[in-house]
Amino acid sequence: MTRFRLSLTRAPVDEPLLAPRPFDLLCLTMASVLVVHALHLPWWLTLTLAVVLAARWRQRSTGGRQAPFWIKLPLIGLLLAVVIAYYGTLFGREPGSAFAVGLLVLKMLESEHRRDARVAMAFACFGLMSALLFDQNLMATFIVALGLVPAVATLRAIEKVDPAALPLRRDLLPVLITLLAAVPLAAFAFVFVPRLSTPLWGAPTADKSVTGLSDRMAPGEMAEVLTDDTPAMRVTFEGEPPMNASRYFRAYTMTNFDGESWSPSYDVGTRQPSLLEGTPRFTYEISLEPTRQRVLPLMDMPVAAPGDARLRSDRTAVADRRIDEVYRYQASATTDYRLDTTLDPRQRRQALQLPNGIGPQAHELAASWADHYGNDHLAIARAALAMFHDGGFRYTLAPAPLGRDRIDDFLFHTREGYCEHFSSTFTFLMRAAGIPARVVTGYQGGYWNKLGSYLLVRHADAHAWSEVWLEGRGWVRFDPTGAVRPERVSLGAAAAAATGSGSEGGFFDFAWLHDARDRWDVVNQWWNQAVNGFDALRQEGMLQPFGIRRAEVGDLAIILAVGCALLVAVALGWAMFQRREGDALDACMRRLERKLARAGVTRRTGEGPRHFFARAARSLPAERNGLERLSQLYLWSRYAFDEPPPESLSEFRQRVKELKVRRVVK
Amino acid sequence: MPPAGERIVAWAERKLPSLTRMRQREPLPILLHRRRIYIVPTAFGLGFAVLLAVMLIGALNYANNAALMLTCLLGAATAGSMLVAFRTLNGVSVGGLRAGTARAGEAIRVSLDIAASQRERMAIRLDVADGEHAVVVTPGAPSAIEFALPTDFRGWLSLPRMRIHTSWPLGMFRAWSWLNPDNPVLVYPRPEPLGPTPFEPEGDADRGRPRAGDELAALRDYRPGDPRRQIAWKLSARHHGLLVKDLEQPAPKEDWRLDWDSMHGLDDESRISRLARWVDEAKDSGRRWSLRLPDGYFDIAQGDEHYHRCMTALALRP
Repeated sequence: MTRFRLSLTRAPVDEPLLAPRPFDLLCLTMASVLVVHALHLPWWLTLTLAVVLAARWRQRSTGGRQAPFWIKLPLIGLLLAVVIAYYGTLFGREPGSAFAVGLLVLKMLESEHRRDARVAMAFACFGLMSALLFDQNLMATFIVALGLVPAVATLRAIEKVDPAALPLRRDLLPVLITLLAAVPLAAFAFVFVPRLSTPLWGAPTADKSVTGLSDRMAPGEMAEVLTDDTPAMRVTFEGEPPMNASRYFRAYTMTNFDGESWSPSYDVGTRQPSLLEGTPRFTYEISLEPTRQRVLPLMDMPVAAPGDARLRSDRTAVADRRIDEVYRYQASATTDYRLDTTLDPRQRRQALQLPNGIGPQAHELAASWADHYGNDHLAIARAALAMFHDGGFRYTLAPAPLGRDRIDDFLFHTREGYCEHFSSTFTFLMRAAGIPARVVTGYQGGYWNKLGSYLLVRHADAHAWSEVWLEGRGWVRFDPTGAVRPERVSLGAAAAAATGSGSEGGFFDFAWLHDARDRWDVVNQWWNQAVNGFDALRQEGMLQPFGIRRAEVGDLAIILAVGCALLVAVALGWAMFQRREGDALDACMRRLERKLARAGVTRRTGEGPRHFFARAARSLPAERNGLERLSQLYLWSRYAFDEPPPESLSEFRQRVKELKVRRVVK
Repeated sequence: MPPAGERIVAWAERKLPSLTRMRQREPLPILLHRRRIYIVPTAFGLGFAVLLAVMLIGALNYANNAALMLTCLLGAATAGSMLVAFRTLNGVSVGGLRAGTARAGEAIRVSLDIAASQRERMAIRLDVADGEHAVVVTPGAPSAIEFALPTDFRGWLSLPRMRIHTSWPLGMFRAWSWLNPDNPVLVYPRPEPLGPTPFEPEGDADRGRPRAGDELAALRDYRPGDPRRQIAWKLSARHHGLLVKDLEQPAPKEDWRLDWDSMHGLDDESRISRLARWVDEAKDSGRRWSLRLPDGYFDIAQGDEHYHRCMTALALRP
């Protein structure tokens, strides 16, 4: 993040003052910088800066001049103090950009001259770009691009001789056209600028966690994720997509339970992947939105790890690096499998571990099942599911808060919750009954986009379920949420919550809205794939259709230089092109002159038409008649009327065309 | 100069007229074309390029394709602005020189027409002696740039070397061309501040005393004995008494016959400035005058045209 100093030195006295219109545009630029940063700045800072900006605009448009230094200096100090107090530091993405935006707005206090405005506008461009460090989706990029319009319009207004008060759009529209005209060159450069395969310096640290799955699960804490409608990933299947009920994507398995939250087993990453028997059925490609984590959700049950990742012992996958950009990977899954048919003692101990003193009533319930069904573990699991189904449990995204003992409180008092509560309690009950079990988190369901033929999985599709180890069968998936509310598995979290609370359909079920959302998501998907996902690797492979297997940096640089030169040459042709003066008759006359010049009769400077035609007729006796008629026609068309009449003009054109001249050897 | 050097200079003269035009004047109108328009980035343009480079490297480093795309867009728009700057000057013609009159030592007002066909040219600027002048040129309607040139000597004053330039549209590139027009403007001689009149007043006793004539000099109260036809009847009607028109005959001013040879013991410049003063005075007092110079004679006459002829002849005395 760059930092810049407000110049306290005065501009030279003869430097012209800024006219009102450029100043207005500069204020507009600053306002758009504020807008693009508003999402991550603290709201009070945005508000204060907006007030300062508006006050300065008002003050100058009523004839005020620059703020004296005893106002500016304390304000800068205050800004510095506020940023450090709020973020704890001045370095890093968020505090840096907050400070930079603040300085930009304060720079307006002293912007009186053209030079100030230019400097402010240049750094405003930088400020606009830095907003893309936080979010680079289509919408954010578009808004930042719009912010460039007033910035460039400021420069243009500064240059104007008389920046009179034309309507504002007369200042903004030409800039829009300028920017559009720059698109071809920009697009070309964008494609061919060699990407860096490794960053020159450290990637920005995530100051803010991205909503999404985490490697801890405590019932009641996932609600934020479940109401987040932003895309988590998009899945394209080769061939038929799986049924909704088997769209389970696993991210973490949670084995450790401390009475409040579940977390993965400490040795999950060190042991060998567990054994899987089964044949791949689904091959798919996932385009994963940035998660700032390393885990890659894979469809149940993954057969092998994707390229840059490895499988852990619980058949979840971690990538080799953190997912900070949209990441694409391919994998395959099977739905008919046997996983870990033998369980070693340590695993069994982990999968049966329960904290002491938690859920005494649940323990009693599980013990009664164990007494009743004996060693038939499947029957115990079914009994638990039946209890969830018939025991008065309710699915809701806004459950009543749980007391100290989360398990008993949920089972015997509140009886309402969502996937986390159900899977957590179910797993607890299984363990209490002596059956190895674990919680699995990931995504379930998703939204099938017909237009793009892909499955859109949102954060709201995050889900938790259980796996129970059965003798001879291995780990088997049980989804207690599905027992409580089957819609959750077949329709999705929001739909399940909506029908659960009794509201029917509602505004968001309109077909056209679905359609619009489909389209919008297709565009976003395209943007993610084509633009954000265009990295060094894809750039290397870009030229394969042209026979270059791996495009090296040198190749790209050459193509970039040559292509830019070509485009600039085209533009240069446009710049050099000058329409010739005169009307259609003049154009015909010039054509005739060229023709006659080839025959050796060149029109002299200042030679009148009558004289020229006579000279040509003398030099070319064979065409005497034709030339005399042409002469008449020309003089008639040119001098008898204000505008050459169409009929004589067309005859003149025709005769020029038909005139045959041969070089006369004298 | 060796022949090779001469050839290079001749080639440069031919190819790059605006760089070498400082040695060679050209007649107006001057048409700006691509061989005499030069473009360099301004300081701001260079600064902005550095900023763009920083943004480019940042975007590449963070693999931030959205920022990279917008950086490319800004860069392409910047490059395009260079061409627009060129197009602003390309095809502009500078001509239509008009000059006011000025005596040596005064500033002379000069006006130049900047014309262009086909498209509007925003923000064309001309640097001349007293600063920068900016105009917008619309097709078919030449815009005049007026400026004042300081003068020192009588005679032809050639226009100084001027620079026509523009940094339209973004101020990042400056396109310019040097103008060195061949067309001079005329500066009249400086009249001497004080000096004798051309002729000693003749001993005429009546000199200065008004004589009755035809021209109205004043109105006064009626005195008995005034002729009846001199009473201003209409005006008197509005007053309480009778008013009488006082008429007098202007003293006839004798013609001045100014002669170069009538002054003895003076050098040429002094004679010129004295003659200039006399011509000025003669014109101001409404006399008729004639002027005899060693190489010409302007017969007795009066009026502006006569004045300018005489002053031009004086200005152009070798």
